[in-house]
Amino acid sequence: MNAVSEFFSVIRKDKVGMIGMILFSFFLIIALAAPYIAPFDPVEMQFNELGKLERLTPPNSTYLFGTTSMGRDIFSQVVMGSRVAILVGVISAVCVVFIGTNIGLIAGYYGGKVDNAIMRIVDIIYGIPFLPFALILVAVMGPGIINIIIAIVLITWRNTARIIRSQVLSIKQRMFVEAARISGASNFRIMYKYIAPNVMPLSLVYVALSMGYGIMTEASLSFLGYGDPTLPSWGKILFECYSSQAMFIAWWWMIPPGLAILLLVLSGFLVGRSYEEIANPRLKER
Amino acid sequence: MSGFGKYMLKRLLNMLFSLFVLITLLFFMFRLIPGDPLSMYIDVDISIEAKEMLMKQFGLDKPLFEQYIAYMKNLAQGNFGLSFQYNKPALEIVGDRFWSTCILMVTSLGIAFFIGIIAGTVLAWMRGTRFEVSSITAVLFIRCAPVFWIGMIFVMVFAFKLQWFPLGGMNTPGTHFEHTWQKYFNTDFLYHLFLPAITCGINMAATPLLVMRASMLEVIKEDFIELATARGLSKARVMFKHAMRNALLPVATLFAVEAGLAVGGVVLIETVFRWPGMGREIVLAIGARDYPVAQTAFVLIGAMVILFNLLADMIYAYLDPRVTYN
Repeated sequence: MNAVSEFFSVIRKDKVGMIGMILFSFFLIIALAAPYIAPFDPVEMQFNELGKLERLTPPNSTYLFGTTSMGRDIFSQVVMGSRVAILVGVISAVCVVFIGTNIGLIAGYYGGKVDNAIMRIVDIIYGIPFLPFALILVAVMGPGIINIIIAIVLITWRNTARIIRSQVLSIKQRMFVEAARISGASNFRIMYKYIAPNVMPLSLVYVALSMGYGIMTEASLSFLGYGDPTLPSWGKILFECYSSQAMFIAWWWMIPPGLAILLLVLSGFLVGRSYEEIANPRLKER
Repeated sequence: MSGFGKYMLKRLLNMLFSLFVLITLLFFMFRLIPGDPLSMYIDVDISIEAKEMLMKQFGLDKPLFEQYIAYMKNLAQGNFGLSFQYNKPALEIVGDRFWSTCILMVTSLGIAFFIGIIAGTVLAWMRGTRFEVSSITAVLFIRCAPVFWIGMIFVMVFAFKLQWFPLGGMNTPGTHFEHTWQKYFNTDFLYHLFLPAITCGINMAATPLLVMRASMLEVIKEDFIELATARGLSKARVMFKHAMRNALLPVATLFAVEAGLAVGGVVLIETVFRWPGMGREIVLAIGARDYPVAQTAFVLIGAMVILFNLLADMIYAYLDPRVTYN
């Protein structure tokens, strides 16, 4: 947990990282308080006082982002959609990095045949067209948020594993690892007590970066019509907007969810990048 | 055989192995779908004789492993099964879409790398200016925006409002073609290609741009750049002639990764612009439960990624003569 507190203290010193952190906190607060912020039920049809459906109403003081072709409040949909985005982003990022870091540690530390076998698997996964694979997987297992997360994790651990492995390869040459080995520490102890703390900063960078990847994938799958049918998500709003053919007139339907995806993905990227630059000073000059 | 040839052969074999694993994985994945595999592979309306023939051909009455062997044998003979949506061989349907996707992808990648390399060089040149800061911000925004959303905005603005470009598709409907290739060699095709390719291209340009910029900043610190400047060459000449060429290498390594990512982007872009390619075909086929077509498209897309990987290796070897393959 030392690395995590160090992570925050480093981010606080960097302007770009701070912007990313504020953006992420903003979305996190919205996601947590979503039911209190959203003025309407996101799927409820809205009628005006004359009993007429509020169909494709432009933004006004009641419907901040206007309404959909079904007369649903877009602001409420976007607010509730932040929950799916944060959930998918955070869970998939943590899983990806947990798996990737462990596999990278094992491959890098043991080397030889173990390393070869793992790297072959990583190579094969790099050859899998990601989005079509996720699409088929979700279609086969049934659309649902868990299956979407599984599809993301199954593929994206490769990036972290590869980076962590190369980091481990250089760390294991260092004196303190040699010293630990001579003093009789077990492989497990060397890996997790001595090497792992040194790759933690890099792992945290990948948590921030993988989050964006997860969010983008969920949005893409939802846009293609394979999102979780029971949950409102930003990708699904865009899917409905696109398939209703109303996108040409209803800019208010299209802009907010896309902008929300952009900003949340950007927050992860900014935090990851700024931490990477500080953790690796050679990059700072660039 | 030369060292390079041997290396490429090894890479090719590795990649063929990857493709084999991919196909196997996919075969078993589709078998995981609950229900009768027959209903998946064969149209319900097909005649009984034809059904029995197909059942035998695909060995669907046999255990799973034997079915797998039969499937692989069929595949090796180029038989991908029958689409029950169109009632034609799946390969015929997907084959039609292959070149559409290929052209869209190559154009997008070309645009992405062209913008990335030129803009990356210019931004390295402009280092420390306000222009640089605002450009990088814009680049990050485009990078983090969903590509299908950018596509939707472009369709709304440039196709619907301004009417500069068509709303979608690959050719103006109703155009007649003597043979397949004519579809791709006319101005109407380029006119339809422009918007989707630009959308995909600018979305993918961010990574090569940032890498190019970083690489340029590294290169311009070297002595030969100082020497070139001391010789009195103009800054533009030093930047674009001397520094750029040396900074290209890290960008070239990106090519394979970007091509892999481009496949995902292309699926989305094809859907937004109703581009009749393999990505859109996969989405439609899955929606229609036309699994033979989805499977075929997936295998061909996988093969395409592999081809791009090989291409990336070749580009890299061409750019960096220091690399040896022994």
